Amino acid sequence: MYLQLAWRNIWRNPRRTTVILLAIIIGVWSMIFENALMRGITVGMIKNSIATLTGHIQIHRRGYRSDPVIENSITEPEAVIAALKRILPPGTQWAARVRVNGIASNARHSSGVTLVGIDPASEAKVSFIGDAIAGGHQLQPDDPHAIVVGEALLDKFETKIGHKLVLMSQDTNQEIASKAFRIVGTFKAEMQSTEKQFVFITRKAAQQMLKLRQGLSEVSIVLPDQQESGVASRLKAILSPNGYEVNTWKELLPFLRAYLKLLDVFVYIWSLVIFIAMGFGIVNTTLMAVFERIREFGLMKALGMKPWWIVRQVLTESFLLLIIGIIMGNILAFLTVLALSDSGIDLSALAAGAEFAGMTRVIYPIVSIKDWSIANLLVMVLGLLICIYPAAKAAKFTPIEALAYT
Amino acid sequence: MKIVECIEIDKTYQQGKVKVHALRNISMNIEKGDFVALAGPSGSGKTTMLNIIGGLDSADSGKIIVDGNALSEMNQTQLANLRLHNIGFVFQAYNLIPVLSAAENVEYVMLLQGIPQAERRQRTKSILDEVGLAGKYDRRPAELSGGQQQRVAVARAIVSNPSIVLADEPTANLDSKTGKGLLDMMKKMNQEKKVTIIFSTHDRMVMNYAARLLRIRDGQLVDDQVKNN
Repeated sequence: MYLQLAWRNIWRNPRRTTVILLAIIIGVWSMIFENALMRGITVGMIKNSIATLTGHIQIHRRGYRSDPVIENSITEPEAVIAALKRILPPGTQWAARVRVNGIASNARHSSGVTLVGIDPASEAKVSFIGDAIAGGHQLQPDDPHAIVVGEALLDKFETKIGHKLVLMSQDTNQEIASKAFRIVGTFKAEMQSTEKQFVFITRKAAQQMLKLRQGLSEVSIVLPDQQESGVASRLKAILSPNGYEVNTWKELLPFLRAYLKLLDVFVYIWSLVIFIAMGFGIVNTTLMAVFERIREFGLMKALGMKPWWIVRQVLTESFLLLIIGIIMGNILAFLTVLALSDSGIDLSALAAGAEFAGMTRVIYPIVSIKDWSIANLLVMVLGLLICIYPAAKAAKFTPIEALAYT
Repeated sequence: MKIVECIEIDKTYQQGKVKVHALRNISMNIEKGDFVALAGPSGSGKTTMLNIIGGLDSADSGKIIVDGNALSEMNQTQLANLRLHNIGFVFQAYNLIPVLSAAENVEYVMLLQGIPQAERRQRTKSILDEVGLAGKYDRRPAELSGGQQQRVAVARAIVSNPSIVLADEPTANLDSKTGKGLLDMMKKMNQEKKVTIIFSTHDRMVMNYAARLLRIRDGQLVDDQVKNN
């Protein structure tokens, strides 16, 4: 009967109840959807960063990360490869690369680039380049003259597939090494900066050009389940004493890690801002409903109702309003996320701005259980807490004051 | 047996800058099973007296004992419990809960008392039949006439078997015929259920129904008359 009474009470003024329900529904919807967008942005950023030649774990010779020069290459990769075979769990993919800074030039332009020597087959399973070819074709392992460049670099150099591009870098003898390559393909990446920064040749070609023999710059590992910290520590135990560094993506991309933490905080702040706006509406409506019924509360007290029971009565009504609003807000939010799950939100028109923020071009909203629980708990718990004020107001009147209230 | 014992009750209100002496040194006893009218003109102190007896208001001085409980020694929770279990109220303006049906209004008090649902339903139906509202259990207050609403209020006051029913001008909003019907019904309840009923009125016709008439004027008890009707 308490619930029945509360239900009927909230529908005494259907228009007012509808308005406050709409406020709660929109509030809950915007909290869940906005959190899902933020989560989509962060997951997109992590995926993109991991795919952009980072992987979950990287192995370098000690000193390479602070000074990525050819002298800091891995000269005896057999020990590293043996450790990988022992430690890596089934399903793990890894690729060994040569990666040095160099200069690309043609007849019209020149630009600083990162020269990446890859084994096309293994690299395709580790980084974005596997399915990013936009024109021409992928590198062939036995083609020592082929180069794949980004679309943006192609535009910048005003060149096209089939034309030559000269790469220059320093070799292991401290001499300038330079070699002409023929552009066989172009790739498209999430960010234009990636397209301008990286050029890909075969690993063998890079090793020959830089006189590296079997040497490598890095090994990049992609794990099947993202449990990188355990694997990394096991690899560290074996490789660190031999002069190698093993780093997870969180260590390799400290800016991204800090940015993700910041986004997490923004999620909470934004949720709180939405709630504060919604909270004023809830308190105002509940106060109006309470003051309309002061005589009734007086009657209830006269009949023997204790103040706490009146608080409970008002809170039950608030609970019903909140639960209806939360359920409907959740349904609306999930429908919105579902509708965008395939197409995502395309920010291509804002690509430059999005890229500056490190975001991918298309955002796919993702609902995480943590964000979802926080949004719902925030609305329910804080919603009930703020309704204690009008409930306490209702309970505070003496029966005589309340019965005389007009 | 005394059900209400008032000893030198005094009550003063502050209305703005004016001090109103609502009750002055009132002493009286009411016996169990009495059908008593507190009579007097508007502003004489009848409602204040009823409110003090019902534990809704407190006296400035003096002592009041209701059903063996000294009210001045009780806290708000104890007073609420006393009202819930020992006292029934009937108000001039009916004061029913508009979103509840007639039956639910009556049942609500028993719900607060923690009486099981089956018993609540059975007692509700029985009392509504007794007050002449058979078949109108599911009507909301807005669908009932003033007289019918006041009958629901009486049923609500009596259903929990209180020791006393306090009725503040119960017929004031009713026409004389409906008012008489209500008073007949209240008198019947008094006689059959032996429940003490104290009501306030300024209407001569209503005073005639009382077995005992306590006249109050300017906050003082001026007459205590036992009648033989």
